[in-house]
Parts: sequence; C-alpha cells; structure tokens
Amino acid sequence: MDYSQFLAMKQEIGLLVVFLLVFLYDTFMPKKALNATAGFTCVIFAVFTALSFFCLGSTGNETAFSGMYVTGPVMAAIKNILNVGVLIVLIQAMRWTDSEFQIMRRGEFYELLLVTLFGMYLMISARHFLLFVIGLESASLPLAAMVAFDKKHYESHEAAVKYLLTAVFSSAIFMMGLSFVYGLSGSLYFYDIYAALGAQNSTMVVVAIAFVISGVGFKLSLVPFHLWTADVYQGAPTSVTSYLSVISKGAAAFAFLVILVQVFGQFYAKVWEWMLYALIVLTITIGNLFAIRQRNMKRFLAFSSISQAGYIMLGVIAMNETGLASMMYYILVYIFSNLAAFGVIGAIENATGKLDMTDYNGLHKTNPRLSFAMMLAMFSLAGIPPFAGFFSKFFIFTGALQQGTTAIYVLVLIALINTIISLYYYLLVVKAMFINTEEECVIPTFRSACSERLGLWISVAGILCLGVVSCFYNYLLNLANSSSLFSAL
Amino acid sequence: MFDNILIYFVVIPVIMLAGVALCQNIKQIRAVAVVGSIALTALSVYLLADYLALRAAGDTAPMLYQGSWSWFTPLNINLAVGVDGISIAMLLLSSIILLTGSFASWTIQQPKEFFLWLILLSTGVFGFFISIDLFTMFMFYEVALIPMYLLIGVWGSGNKNYSAMKLTLMLMGGSAFLMLGLIGIYYHSAPEGQPLTWNLLEISANNAISHGWQLFLFPMTFVGFGVLGAMFPFHTWSPDGHASAPTAVSMLHAGVLMKLGGYGCFRVAIYLMPQAANELAWIFLVLTGISVVYGAFSACVQTDLKYINAYSSVSHCGLVLFAILMLNTTAMTGAIMQMLSHGLMTALFFALIGMIYGRTHTRDIRLMGGLMRIMPYLAVCYVIAGMASLGLPGLSGFVAEMTIFVGSFQHADMFHRVFTIIACCSIVITAVYILRVVGKLLFGPVQDKHHLELTDATWWERLSTATLIVCVAAIGCFPNFFASLIKFTFSPEIFTVLGMN
Repeated sequence: MDYSQFLAMKQEIGLLVVFLLVFLYDTFMPKKALNATAGFTCVIFAVFTALSFFCLGSTGNETAFSGMYVTGPVMAAIKNILNVGVLIVLIQAMRWTDSEFQIMRRGEFYELLLVTLFGMYLMISARHFLLFVIGLESASLPLAAMVAFDKKHYESHEAAVKYLLTAVFSSAIFMMGLSFVYGLSGSLYFYDIYAALGAQNSTMVVVAIAFVISGVGFKLSLVPFHLWTADVYQGAPTSVTSYLSVISKGAAAFAFLVILVQVFGQFYAKVWEWMLYALIVLTITIGNLFAIRQRNMKRFLAFSSISQAGYIMLGVIAMNETGLASMMYYILVYIFSNLAAFGVIGAIENATGKLDMTDYNGLHKTNPRLSFAMMLAMFSLAGIPPFAGFFSKFFIFTGALQQGTTAIYVLVLIALINTIISLYYYLLVVKAMFINTEEECVIPTFRSACSERLGLWISVAGILCLGVVSCFYNYLLNLANSSSLFSAL
Repeated sequence: MFDNILIYFVVIPVIMLAGVALCQNIKQIRAVAVVGSIALTALSVYLLADYLALRAAGDTAPMLYQGSWSWFTPLNINLAVGVDGISIAMLLLSSIILLTGSFASWTIQQPKEFFLWLILLSTGVFGFFISIDLFTMFMFYEVALIPMYLLIGVWGSGNKNYSAMKLTLMLMGGSAFLMLGLIGIYYHSAPEGQPLTWNLLEISANNAISHGWQLFLFPMTFVGFGVLGAMFPFHTWSPDGHASAPTAVSMLHAGVLMKLGGYGCFRVAIYLMPQAANELAWIFLVLTGISVVYGAFSACVQTDLKYINAYSSVSHCGLVLFAILMLNTTAMTGAIMQMLSHGLMTALFFALIGMIYGRTHTRDIRLMGGLMRIMPYLAVCYVIAGMASLGLPGLSGFVAEMTIFVGSFQHADMFHRVFTIIACCSIVITAVYILRVVGKLLFGPVQDKHHLELTDATWWERLSTATLIVCVAAIGCFPNFFASLIKFTFSPEIFTVLGMN
C-alpha cells in the first residue's frame, strides 16, 4: 500500500490531530487545567483553520484509495468555509459549556462536535458510496448525543430521540437507494456508476434517484422531509442548534450537489431536475409560511433555515459553475448571518433564559448592541443590501437563471416572491426589538460574556464585509470555473 | 477612483453616516446633517454648471463623467457611474430635499438613529441616480427602501406598524420582479459569443435583447419600478405610508424616492427595451391613466391633510409615468419636469403639514380653520404650494403639466386622445381638492380657540420652506433652462433607438 496517498487527506489528518489533542487534554490533564478546555479547543481549532487555508493552494485534484477519496481546491474551500463556521460555534459555545450543568461533560461536547465535522469532511470528499455512508453516519449519530446534551431538559431528550430516529430512518432510505444503484451498475464508485448508468434507461434509475434524494433531503430538512426540524432545533441546546442549522446543512448541501452531478449527472433534465424543482418550491414556500406563526425564536429560525435550504438548492439545480460558486458563497454568508442570530439568542438565553419573540420587545432600549447585531442578521438573512445576504441571494439567482429555461425563470420568480414573505417575518423580529415599546422590558440590561461578544463581532464583521468586499465571491467563482466538477457532463 | 466627481455623491453621505454615529448631542448631529447636505447641494450645483459648460463646449456623449471600477469581475459587475441632464436634475432635487428635510426634523426625538437611517436612505438615492450599472443601481435602490421601515415604524404616527410593513413589503415585492427582470436583461445583454454586461449604455448599444424576451422583461422591470412610482393598482402603500411617516421622511419619500420609480422606468425599462415599450405601452397607459384620475378623486374625499397629499402624489406621479409612456420628446421632457416639480412642491406640502401638525396636533381638516390669521407665514406658503400643485402659471406645476399634455396630444390616434383627455380632467379635480383645503383650513372660521395661541414659523422652518418655494418658482419662471438641461438626453439618437420621432 502506498502510504503517500494519505498526504492528500491533509485536512482530515489535521482535524484528527485536533481531535486527539482535545481528547488527550480532556482525559489526562489535572482537574485545575480543565477549566481551560474550551479555550484550548478554540485556540487549536483556530490554528487548524488558519493552516488549512494553505490547502487552497493546491492545483488540481488529489485522490486517495484508488479514487474513493478526492480533494481539490473546491473541496478544500468548502471545508474551510465549514471550519470558519465551526470556529464561531465553538467560541459562542464557550459560556454554555462552562455553565454549571455542562461543566462535567464539556470535553465530550467538543470531541463529539469534532467527530461530526470529520464525518462531514468525508461526505464532501467521498467519491465512493461506502466512504460516503461512513461520513454520513459519523456526522449524524454523534449529533444525536449532542442534541441530548441538556440532561436536565425534557425537550432535549425528546429532540434527541426524534433526531436519532429520523437520522436512522433517512439513512435506511438512502441505502435502499444505494442498493438499487448498486444493482443497476455493479459498483459503488461514483464514476463507475456514472458510466454504467449512462447506458441504462430503466425506471429503476428513477426509483434509485428518488430514494437517494429523499435520504439526503432528510439531512437538509427539505420539505416534505422537514418534520423533525422544528422540534429538534427547539429542544437542542442553542449551540448545538446553531451547529445543526449551518454547518451540518452546508456540508450536506455540497455533498448533495456532488452526488447529483457526478453520479446522476446525465439524468439531470430527464429526472431529478423536476424532483428538485418540486422540492425547492415546497421547501421555500412551506418553510416561509410556517415561520410566520412561530413565536419561539429557535423554532422561528428552524423554519427560516428550512426555507434557506431551498435557496441553497437553487445553486444545485443551476448545474453550472456560477451556481456552484454561488451555493458555496451562499453557505458562507448564511453561516455568518445565522450564527449572528443564534449568537444573540444564545447570549440572551444564557443571561435570562428567555426565548420568546415577545420577550424581545424593547430590546433596543436595554441592550442596543445585541439588538443591532440581531437586526443585521435579520437583514442579511432577508437579503437586504449592503449586507452580505443581498449579494448571496442575488448571485444564487444569477446562477440559477444562467440555466435560461422558462421553468427556471418561473422557479426564481417563486423564490423571489418568497423572499418578500421571509422579509415579513424577519421584520417582525426587528419590529419587536425596535418598534414595540413596552412599559417594562422583559429582558433587563446585561453584559454578555467575552466569548459571546467575540463570536458576535466576528459574525457581524462577516455580514458587513463578505458582500461589499468582492474578493470572496470572485475567488469562489474562479475556483468553480477552474474545477472539473461539471467537466464529465 | 476618487478623481471622479460623481463618487462624492456616495462618499459624502457615508462620511455623514460616520459623523452622525460619532456625535454626542443633537447640536452636533444637526451640524453634521446640515453641513453635509449643503456640501451635497453645492456639489450638485457645481456639477450642473460644469455639465452645462461641457455640453456648450460640444460634448455629445450620452453620459458624462463616466467612470467604471471593477467589482465582481467574473460576472462583469462594475461600479459604473455616469450622468446626463436628467440624473443631474434628480441629484439637485435630492440634495435640496435632503437639506430642507434636515431642517424639517430639527427637533426630532432620538435624533441619532433618525439621521443615521435618513442619511442611509439618501445614500441609496444618490447612488441610484449616479449608477449606470444595473447591479449597483439595483443595490442602491434597495438600500434606499429598507430604512423606510424603521423610519416610519419608530418615528411615525397613527397606524404606523401597519403602514410601515405594508410599504416595505409592497416596495420589496416590486423589487422582486425587478431583480428577475434585471438578471434576465443581463443574460440577454450581448449577442451570442460576446461578454455579457450590466452596463446600461453597453446593453443599449448592443441592442441584443430579442423581441420575445423584451416582451417578458419589459413588464417585469416596468412593474418593478412602477410600484415605487405608485402605479395603479400597486399604489396602496403610498397613502398609508406617507400618512404615517414623520415629516422629513414623507418629504424625502414623496419628493425623491417616488422619482426613483419614474426614473427607473425610463432609464431601464424603456431605454433598454424600446420595441416592447412601443407594443406594451398601452397596457400601462391605461393603468397610469387610472392612477391619475383615481388619485385625484380620492384626494377630494379625504379629511386627513397627509392623505390628501398622498393621493395627490399618486395622481401626479401617475402623470409622470403616463408621460413617459407617451414615448415622445415633448412628453418625456414634461415627465422629467413633472418629477422635479412634484418633488419640490410635495416636499413643501409635507413640510408644511408637519409644521401645522406640530402645532395643532391634528391633521383633520374638519378640526382646524382660520389658520391664515393664526400662522400667516405657513398659511401663505401653503397657498403657494397649492397653486403650484393645481398648475398656476409662473409656478412649476403649470410648465410640467402643459408640456406633458402637449406631448400627449401629438399622438393622433383615438386611444391616446381619449386617455389624454381623461388625464387632463385631473387638472380640474386637483383644483377642487386644493381649493377645498385652502378654503377650509386657511380661511374658514377658527374651529378650536386653543389654536389662537399658536405661533408662526421658526427660523429653520422659514428657511426650509423658503428654499423650496424659490425652487418651485425657478422652474416655473425659467422652464427653458430646465428643458435644455434635459434636452441632450432626448437627442435624436436615442429616439431612433426608441423607434419614434
């Protein structure tokens, strides 16, 4: 065996090293030093994040294990985007993991989180379904433990059970699809399947694609596979919810694109464009309509994130480089915007335990900075310039419309009309904070922890800079244009 | 980048934003707002003079002071700027209204946030008028819309929550269609094989949008901008929004922001897709014709001063779109003059209403009367504004409407004639509602004896209204100056593109 092929997996190995360091630190350090676990994790993860930017420099794809694993600039870029998000999540989680009830188990939280990230790395780079399933499972199962982390909360347990059952169920459906694919093509390598399916014209392909799409659809919480989302988001600890809503979703979206393009690419127009079309319309519309009625902030953001997943899928249905770049950019911007929102929610929850939208009335008076950060997050999610969300929405529509068919124009129009609905409920939050005036504000003035403020500052800086400073999107688009992801078609 | 004069129309407001953010008390904020808007006004006056000099020296390019800086290079998005006479007129209008608006909100509550949002709004407005790149234009357009929500929601009066939400959602709804239209234009901006572009002038020169696509994209963009121009049936945000907004916001919104709609309809929809404009103009002509008459009739039965003016704005802005759709030089010139005229006089109206409301604490005309005796200065200004609105010669309204209707009558077919005549009727209806208010409010018996103790205008109020009146009279007395300023845009080349004249 040629061990030099492991060199291709630089980022995975780096992440493994981070994981081992955290594990050893947590296990063997004296009790006094354990207070620094959170800080230690953040610092070494930050170093890892910084180092893994060097992986962007590589030219062309590198493979390992005879093509089971592929990495290249695009894959490295999406992993880096996830890294940045995870770093913010880690920073925001610091206060929560140091709280009274979590202090015994905080090391486990970081370990579980890093394992799921490792699974997502494998999902992104896998070009063989076995490796992909390993990644999928190691990304899902530890998450169930993380969802159940709030031992004292009944909702947390309920959420964990729901999450575990749906995760297992969706994996089963996904693997059912794989068995069809294997039966049709006799291989689990992406390129083998691609070549073998090209000659096929059986309806079995349609069934296989349907199963695969619904399996991944669960992970992405696309409607109609979204029913677990709101309960899990509400029950899980806020840090876990934010991790679930951005990182796990971003990784799954990219992996979804890779599977659809590299395995089922030639069935785009015939089969899955229309499946995805219907899913996008349903996801965006139903996510938005349900979000309007939510009063719990975490449920609210759960439905908002469902509809955002629909927008991310627009980058997949585009089937071109602009779409790919716009999707990655959308994920990047979405990470920053959503984490800013969750950062505020988490800070308020940690300080006062309040989670209801009506509790936010008059927040502007008592905590002007937090409400300002929240407003920026809402505007960015709604796609208001000059914040980053506007650019990401605009570019994802541009990418989709490059397709040029009338159907896509109709789809984008539906998505655009939905942005108005989403603007309505995002403005409801702004309204609660700035316009609704109560005699007595529910949330008193408080000072949030250093870590929370740091996390918010990073997110807000991202919201303000990622769009107006054009180099991020330009870089991603150049990367996508030079990638070979679509070249097989 | 900073050697281009136009960029300062965005740079100055951004500096003002930073300045206001750093201010400690209301005096400093006032100083920043006034100095900044005087600087903007001076800049636009200088630009006007320089532009005329360049034109006199024989520069015939469609846009002057062009500059373009790469932004999102792979998608060919640039920060491209350039102005012609229309944009300069709009810039001048905006800066004057921003200046008077700052005076009108002299004693506003929570001044820091208020001015931050107000200046952000005007950044969007200025950016929109200097841009010739569709992407930046659209971005600035949306920047100008969203501050309205908070400005109305926080500082508004009456049913402000409902109005703010309605206004924001309807305008953003318009911009949803607009976004689709603009991206659609981008993908058809150049012939096969050539690089696509967002630049207005290049798209127009390429003339590559096929007929079928024009028929789809023209309504998208026209409706998108038309919502902001208060086109029937998308005008309903306007009365509620204007009635609930604080004074300076009503002024800026009716005075400038609604002009973005008309300007965009002309600059994007008609300029880039002339054939579709020619074929589909009749549909929108019917709709705008309805706005003109319907707005005027609605104004007649309102009792709230702000509602009266908001409906009158629907009617007058409808006339702008109506004239643009006539697609000939005279009517277009009229449309631009109407934009200027309406911007100034409506700002004057809203400023006066704000001042009266600040004293009497009511806007219901049934509860007020005899203001001519109580506050003669404001009352006289109100009469002047009214006269401008109903088209008294010597003031701006007359020139604008005259030009529009002369232009409209150049169409000899039955359809255009009928609609011109119907639109003409609005002049009479305008006279009805203006004179009704003037008679009731200013000359009638005093309704409430507490009103007798009220004071007349303060110095900043006098300054603000006097500036606007001078401008209204200037357009009315020297229409040729403004017509010649606009003339170069409607030079024969453009109308051969449009396929008219």
